[in-house]
Amino acid sequence: MSTGMAVTAAVGTRRARPLSGLRATGVAGMVSAAVIALATIAALFGPLLAPYNPDLPNLSLAWVGPVGGHLLGYDFQGRDVFSRLLAGAQSSMIGPLAVVVLSMAAGALLAVVAAWRRGAADAVISSGLDILFAFPGILLAVLATAIFGAGLTAAAIALSIAYMPYVARVLRGVALRERSQPYVAALEVQGLSATTICVRHIIPNMLPLIVAQATIMFGWAMVDLAAISFLGLGVQPPEPNWGVMISENQTGILQGYPLPALSAGVCIVAVVIAFNVLGERLFEQAQAARQ
Amino acid sequence: MSDPLLSVDGLTVRLEVRGERRAVLRDVALTVRAGEALGLVGESGSGKSMTARAIDRLLPRGAEVDGTIRFGGRDVHALSGADLRRYRNQAAMIFQDPRAHVNPVRRIGDYMTEALRTNLGVSPAAASRRASDMLAQVGIEGGSRRLRQYPHEMSGGMLQRVMIAAALLTEPRLLLADEPTTALDVTTQAEVMAILDELRHEYGLAMLFITHDLELAAAICDRTVVMYAGQIVEVRESGRLHDDPLHPYTAALAAARPDITRTAGRLRAIPGRPLSAFEAPPGECAFAPRCPHARDACRAGTPAITELDGGLSRCVRARELRGKLGERANA
Repeated sequence: MSTGMAVTAAVGTRRARPLSGLRATGVAGMVSAAVIALATIAALFGPLLAPYNPDLPNLSLAWVGPVGGHLLGYDFQGRDVFSRLLAGAQSSMIGPLAVVVLSMAAGALLAVVAAWRRGAADAVISSGLDILFAFPGILLAVLATAIFGAGLTAAAIALSIAYMPYVARVLRGVALRERSQPYVAALEVQGLSATTICVRHIIPNMLPLIVAQATIMFGWAMVDLAAISFLGLGVQPPEPNWGVMISENQTGILQGYPLPALSAGVCIVAVVIAFNVLGERLFEQAQAARQ
Repeated sequence: MSDPLLSVDGLTVRLEVRGERRAVLRDVALTVRAGEALGLVGESGSGKSMTARAIDRLLPRGAEVDGTIRFGGRDVHALSGADLRRYRNQAAMIFQDPRAHVNPVRRIGDYMTEALRTNLGVSPAAASRRASDMLAQVGIEGGSRRLRQYPHEMSGGMLQRVMIAAALLTEPRLLLADEPTTALDVTTQAEVMAILDELRHEYGLAMLFITHDLELAAAICDRTVVMYAGQIVEVRESGRLHDDPLHPYTAALAAARPDITRTAGRLRAIPGRPLSAFEAPPGECAFAPRCPHARDACRAGTPAITELDGGLSRCVRARELRGKLGERANA
């Protein structure tokens, strides 16, 4: 009853004014949202916004620091670092996005099936998840690239599988609670099928938590994918990517030219923190709304 | 007489409570003829709601069910998938607390038309039209505007009327009304009951009406079933139940209700507390510990249900006590 009212209130305000929900996340939440918006713009239009060709090397300019028009100087091959950051945003952002979408979809599906059928189905799904928990994401990704070859696709799929149990475990609890609400019984006696009730009622009512979980997960996926690219198993050079940029320019750090590697690192850290902060805030809001 | 619309026979339901199987319904048998209203009366925990839930196949997981439930000649327990969904459209349920039984984040229109659109293949426009017509029938005007509202924008009584309208939309043949007015205040109760009764007659629906209000059941039902501790103790024509009960429990229940036409002293409560079915001592009458008429014979065995004067009673002394149980007879 109180849950119902709270959910109504949360959804009601969000529908009425889309920005008021964001404002409620506070200054940190709004700054985070701004960082994410910038990164998204870079991911969408980066190659168009880049002032110079990000792939054109000029070895005579290697490791040259910031000079007129080149805000962050040149990298180890004499390419414009700022342009490469903008162009690299796309592959740096789309990987985590794919991981989040895939793991969320699979996790939510398993969670709802387990919560709806309970009994044997729940037991099988839950213990399957426990087994998956045993494999660290990076290990699975290394395995996947060993089998399918290095690249973003294999790494993203492997990470999705590794993240899925976290999603499924959280959402299963929420789905179980939703399943036992009286309105679900009422829908059943209205003669609606299990699929209809799950798709039209249970999943939409879990959405606030799904969104919050997805946001936090995006940050994790970004770090893991950057690590995989750093190891040379993800995005392949000369394709611009933040993880790849740290990897190719790491020698510069020891030689006294840290800017190319560090600027890519700062981009990753900023976006990850932004996603974590926003995710935490959204999660708190969703939890408060449930109580 | 033609076959009854709904017939329940030997229904026994056991639930697992802390690793123990406990009976919550024991040997429940009842029939509802097409167009007939059957009242189901009893204290909390007597198994009224459990009976309705068993009929609509809505029992908790792990429930063990014996006995048969037939609807229109078909065995309800054999139904599955699309057949079960169609059956549930035919035997629509109205719940006690409308607020908890409507998804709070969906519009009234979505709730009312969902079964029509997804199960019966009615177009969204036609479904909305039928929904707003039905709202008018339950006394809610401005249908198309109401359909766009959310449940929290409506009062409890209005939401209960919405629920009744939604149940009627799928053109059921049987209404399972599980204390539809208990969560409402008294004036709203009367209004909702009047609407329910009127629409039931208009559409010729059968109804299983669950309540703990003996008088209310008597007022709107043709026959009334009284339950105690998961068993049926009496079945009687509603008109005669109050003044000429066949079971001491019914008499005690009737006597416990204040009479608004006269000033009474103390209310006559039934001594002791209601028992759940699994608490009832085996091998004796479940009501014997609280019964003013109990004799040794009552503790000698579980009484069978016997026919008497056009009704049924589960009391070994029913014949002997006949005519002495009326409300004022033992006043």
